Amino acid sequence: MYAVNYHRAASVADAAKLVKSGDAKLLSGGMTLIPAMKTRLAAPSDLVDLSRISDLQGIKVSGKTVTIGAATTHYDVASDEKLRKACPALAHLASLIGDPAVRHKGTIGGSIANNDPAADYPAALLALGATIVTNKREISADKFFKGLFETALKDGEIITAVTFTAPAKAAYEKFRNPASRYAIVGVFVTKGKDGVSAAVTGAGEDGVFRSKEIEVALAKNFTAAALDGVKVPAKGLMSDIHASSDYRANLITVMARRAVAAANA
Amino acid sequence: MSDVSFVVNGRRVSGTAEDRTLLVHFLRENLGLTGTHVGCDTSQCGACVVHVDGRAVKSCSMLAAQASGSAVTTIEGLANGSDLHPVQAAFKEHHGLQCGFCTPGMIMTATDMISRHPEGLDEATVRAELDGNICRCTGYHNIVKAILAASKAMSKGVKGRAKQAA
Repeated sequence: MYAVNYHRAASVADAAKLVKSGDAKLLSGGMTLIPAMKTRLAAPSDLVDLSRISDLQGIKVSGKTVTIGAATTHYDVASDEKLRKACPALAHLASLIGDPAVRHKGTIGGSIANNDPAADYPAALLALGATIVTNKREISADKFFKGLFETALKDGEIITAVTFTAPAKAAYEKFRNPASRYAIVGVFVTKGKDGVSAAVTGAGEDGVFRSKEIEVALAKNFTAAALDGVKVPAKGLMSDIHASSDYRANLITVMARRAVAAANA
Repeated sequence: MSDVSFVVNGRRVSGTAEDRTLLVHFLRENLGLTGTHVGCDTSQCGACVVHVDGRAVKSCSMLAAQASGSAVTTIEGLANGSDLHPVQAAFKEHHGLQCGFCTPGMIMTATDMISRHPEGLDEATVRAELDGNICRCTGYHNIVKAILAASKAMSKGVKGRAKQAA
């Protein structure tokens, strides 16, 4: 790791000031950034630690409205009783990220700011139609996730929370890489008053996306059987040593079928 | 350079470290607590697991500066003098190690796992919870056995310092 200056922010306003110094980066759980710095893939001059800012912590559920502070860890999302009642699919998703030690540190804000194409949260937030709240504005999930590791965030903009309306039904199914535990394909499905949605992570060359083919079939009939014979095109899907684009295309329908079955259970 | 201070294994310690110093290196090199191991150095293997404010974390993926102000428990902090912590005793009893390199991380993960599951553990849960700890020798069988035995022993109320440390 190259030398770096560490700053611990006392508040979001403090962090917004500190992040202007040099080539600074915001640090939350650090489960991606610290390993990237160790391998010198990232070399910020300064780190601004957000993880001790109390305003960024915690989960609020009010009726169907769920708000999760950006620095809330995966472990806290997975084990929050209110969230497990309001949107069990999201708590379940958080329990599938990394391993227990990673879930104790990694945060929802850090994950979506990084927008890894195989990360789990982007699929959930896109399918849930979530809003990403920053220190400057509110951004809808469909405008937030731009491409590989790319988001709508401007330099120094800080995610403070994500918020969404809990749908009537939702589930997430993930075919994970057994070594990295990232998704080879993950599908998050929802059914609510605004219709159905199915967002796919791990597969798209441009990161997370909604699958039209799956959504059209599920809009008619929200059952696993409705996806029989549905084909997702392999064009635009990633191919690597773990899975070809054809294999991923097939996995999308398989994971979607399992997710719908779980959502209806 | 930063001044860092924590409570490590119940003892207040402070020092100065480069901001880029990883927690595991601070523990090993500045404090001489070499029980915490660096295995893969890429957050995969779990040999470096310690508890920070009561939660198991990988100390190779965290800066010492991030942990400043926290309470840290390492493998050295589990036993009470010559009395082994119940998880350490169970690893010994069930031969949950061979070369021993992964053992400190396994035990720190196990104590965290047991404290998060006061209702008790089953084999599937133990194996799932060991996702982030790699052992090249044992095939995990006796590690799982040891953790299940320790979980049972601790729910029966093997009390003392061991419990607080977990």
